[in-house]
Amino acid sequence: MENFSSVGKRIPKRDAVDKVTGRAAYIQDLRMPGMLFGKILRSKYPHARIVRIDTSRAKQLLGVRAVITAADVPQIRYGVMKDQPVLKADKVRSYRDEVAAVAATSLEIAEEALNLIEVEYEALPGIFDPIEALREDAPLVHEENKSNLLKMPWKLVAGDVEAARKASAFTVEDQFSVTWVTHCCLGTEGVIADFDLRHNLTVYRNTQIPSLAQRDFQDALKVMGLKQSKVRIIKPTIGGGFGSKLDTYGFEYIAILLAYATRKPVKIVKTREEEFKYTSTRQPAVIQISQGCDAEGKLTFRDISMILDNGAYTSWGATTPSVMMLPISSLYKVPNIRYEAKCVYTNNTWAQAMRGYGNPQATFAIESNLDQLAEKAGIDPLEFRLRNANEPGETTPQRFKITTCELKACLQEVSKKLDWPNRKKGLKIAGRGMGMASLIHVGGGARVYKSDGCGTIVKMDDFGRVDVFTGATDIGQGADTVIAQIVAEELGIHPDDINIVDKDTDVCPWDVGAHASRTTFVAGNSALMAARKVKEKILQAAAGFVDRWKDKDGTKHELKLDNNPENLVIRDKMIYSINEPEKKIELGKVLRGAHYEKDGTMIMAECFYDPDNENLDREFKGNLSKTYAYGAHGVEVEVDCETGKVKILKYIAAHDVGRAINPMLLEGQIYGAAAMGTGYALTERLILEKGEVMNPNFRDYKILTAKDEIPIEVVIVESIDADGPFGAKGIGEPGLVPTAPAIANAIYDAIGIRIKDLPMTPEKILKALKESRK
Amino acid sequence: MKKHIAFVLNGNRMEMEVEPHWTLLHLLREELDLLGTKSGCESGECGACTVIIDAKAVNACLFPVMEIEGAQITTIEGLAKPSGELHPLQQAFVDHGGVQCGYCTPGMILSAKALLDENPNPTDEEIRHALAGNICRCTGYVQIIDSVKQAGQVITTQGEVRPKKAV
Repeated sequence: MENFSSVGKRIPKRDAVDKVTGRAAYIQDLRMPGMLFGKILRSKYPHARIVRIDTSRAKQLLGVRAVITAADVPQIRYGVMKDQPVLKADKVRSYRDEVAAVAATSLEIAEEALNLIEVEYEALPGIFDPIEALREDAPLVHEENKSNLLKMPWKLVAGDVEAARKASAFTVEDQFSVTWVTHCCLGTEGVIADFDLRHNLTVYRNTQIPSLAQRDFQDALKVMGLKQSKVRIIKPTIGGGFGSKLDTYGFEYIAILLAYATRKPVKIVKTREEEFKYTSTRQPAVIQISQGCDAEGKLTFRDISMILDNGAYTSWGATTPSVMMLPISSLYKVPNIRYEAKCVYTNNTWAQAMRGYGNPQATFAIESNLDQLAEKAGIDPLEFRLRNANEPGETTPQRFKITTCELKACLQEVSKKLDWPNRKKGLKIAGRGMGMASLIHVGGGARVYKSDGCGTIVKMDDFGRVDVFTGATDIGQGADTVIAQIVAEELGIHPDDINIVDKDTDVCPWDVGAHASRTTFVAGNSALMAARKVKEKILQAAAGFVDRWKDKDGTKHELKLDNNPENLVIRDKMIYSINEPEKKIELGKVLRGAHYEKDGTMIMAECFYDPDNENLDREFKGNLSKTYAYGAHGVEVEVDCETGKVKILKYIAAHDVGRAINPMLLEGQIYGAAAMGTGYALTERLILEKGEVMNPNFRDYKILTAKDEIPIEVVIVESIDADGPFGAKGIGEPGLVPTAPAIANAIYDAIGIRIKDLPMTPEKILKALKESRK
Repeated sequence: MKKHIAFVLNGNRMEMEVEPHWTLLHLLREELDLLGTKSGCESGECGACTVIIDAKAVNACLFPVMEIEGAQITTIEGLAKPSGELHPLQQAFVDHGGVQCGYCTPGMILSAKALLDENPNPTDEEIRHALAGNICRCTGYVQIIDSVKQAGQVITTQGEVRPKKAV
């Protein structure tokens, strides 16, 4: 039995007190002397030529300090494929396109100035359906590409799918589709850009990628002719991320350009409407899938092809097929795999990362289709999953090395909590049913960039307190708290004695960002290794340390610690030898001793941890993550056949988490993800009509409220992963991955209707019920 | 034309000149620098700007500033004691995971406070009803509901009597 003092404890989130008292400062709350307010004029058309822009009236408005268009500024391009300029000159390709921007002394004046900018457009025919966009005569979104097909082909092949198909006892084929949904962070995106007189740039931004943003902005400054300038990123408290802040966007570069034009700090914060309209979404996809099994129910092949709506430009959304490959290749043991995905330019909004990064879309198709196959083979869905479940020691067709894997245990937990084996034997109530679905996700980082690393500096003060400088980003998930617990555990001190510094690239080491559920694993390992180095130094300094003191009556005392540092431990800020536990010296005394002696030293250490996972090779194979997260969700639903409404009666979320460093925060991640997943399954949809967002508000974009009770029960399964910090794996995204198919499978079990198109709204269910009765 | 109004804010008597078209949210954030009240949608749909006016939770973003004449207003800044001691609701949100990104938290806590001031022993259903106008994207509401329940218990067992109107 491990005897931990900090790890495994339900410790409150470190910034919770600031947040419950209103002291936490978000980008919305930051102000600077002389600050100007920026607003952006966007396109009035989904696809048009810009004939003329006249900003003269806007420039004359009292309080306006700068008006910029593409003609006024150097052409900075951004995005994964650098396929869009910050301000559009000749052509607009979506309603999101930035055409002009204003900086003014107040927000009201900036808004008024936008109204005074005249833009003449020549409308072009738009293309809004990715399948139509592939036709030869389709309007081209980017003429220079000569095709709307994105030059980013995704293809994964393992084994021989066609031979396996022929040899299979049972096969099923179907089509599934998913649509746009958006993050709905309560704190909208925003930025303040500020140049000093030597052209060094400070950017305040609620970003998930401080280090990558720093590099993007550094590149932008080069284009602006500011090669010598330095970029500093400061993160305020972040009001939610969920992947939305994993890239740099036009509004950030516009703030930089306006700040440079005015030499004043310029702030741009999105309104709620702008957040809905101009935040990159989870992308829509049409998914063709077939799977097969042998007579015993062992999976033989999985064959998937997809068309994804890339939108008008390319952000990280275009790379989500790489993560879709995870479940496609490695959820259950499937020897033969074929997968192809095409991303297609349209004049719609463009896609980005969103919690799960493609995995929820792919898993919806796989796990829905798996139930279809189980039914055809005449095998119970639980039994079918157990027969094919992944196991430790396996190398999957994509060359993932599965180390820890408790998928079977998770499935059994779901079965137990739902009383699955008895589900049809007892009273089968009309409209009630159960379903389940499993997940695999990266749990030990994900090498999607050249580095998957994170740096940490641990610095002891003179009193036994610690400053931890981490590259990690807290977006509300609790990275700050988990890192403090890890360092506290290693150093034998209380988490309250740890100060986490994580907001400023001037002092924090590099980190690739808060994505891929990687922070606990990668930043946690980095913090653990730095703390370990510091501990070694402390124990070196403590070995043979002599403490002398006098009582009030003048009696002298002397206490000498063991000479061998290997015998020394730190507990509760006291150092002692395991051989003489009664002889304790306060940690602070040893630190001061080391500091004040001749040739003294400050005790600190750093670590840059980059897991030895692999980039995917040209065939999209390689051990992407150091370890993988598994889980299974089980749901009992009641479908009202009069209204089509789905009520969730029971929701079991069982997750192999490695180790729960902080069970309370971990449960929070699963509750939140499963709720977001339930919205994805049942209610959420960003409605686009000819490229225009029709429901940019919380009235019409339906996320769950407190009234929508989802009785989520979390089951934590610990597999204690040897590579994770104290055994932990990632958990930020997994809770969202199997939600939609688990609910879809339960709906099918309840009413015999399979909804293949998300969200599974009452309207769709009623329509399908009507058709089934014909 | 600015108008003169008088009201009580977090226990302090206030007299101010205001533009009649201002919202209460504008007054709090832009004029008084009380940034704990969050702006989430400015159209009364998300509840991030919830404050308590005369014992009722309202959306400050829709509330006309002229209507606070003579009113008692409590914002998130008025809950903890100057010593730093948290209100039982604040403490419960801290202790029970009711806070993730925290942007919805001030509004959520004030909606919950308006409920508990009237009914310190609410059912889950009553809590869900009271918080229905406060959107949270992080928590799935589970730990928020739990926090409110725990706070209700603390208030009841410790006999903490909160006046209906903020003083």
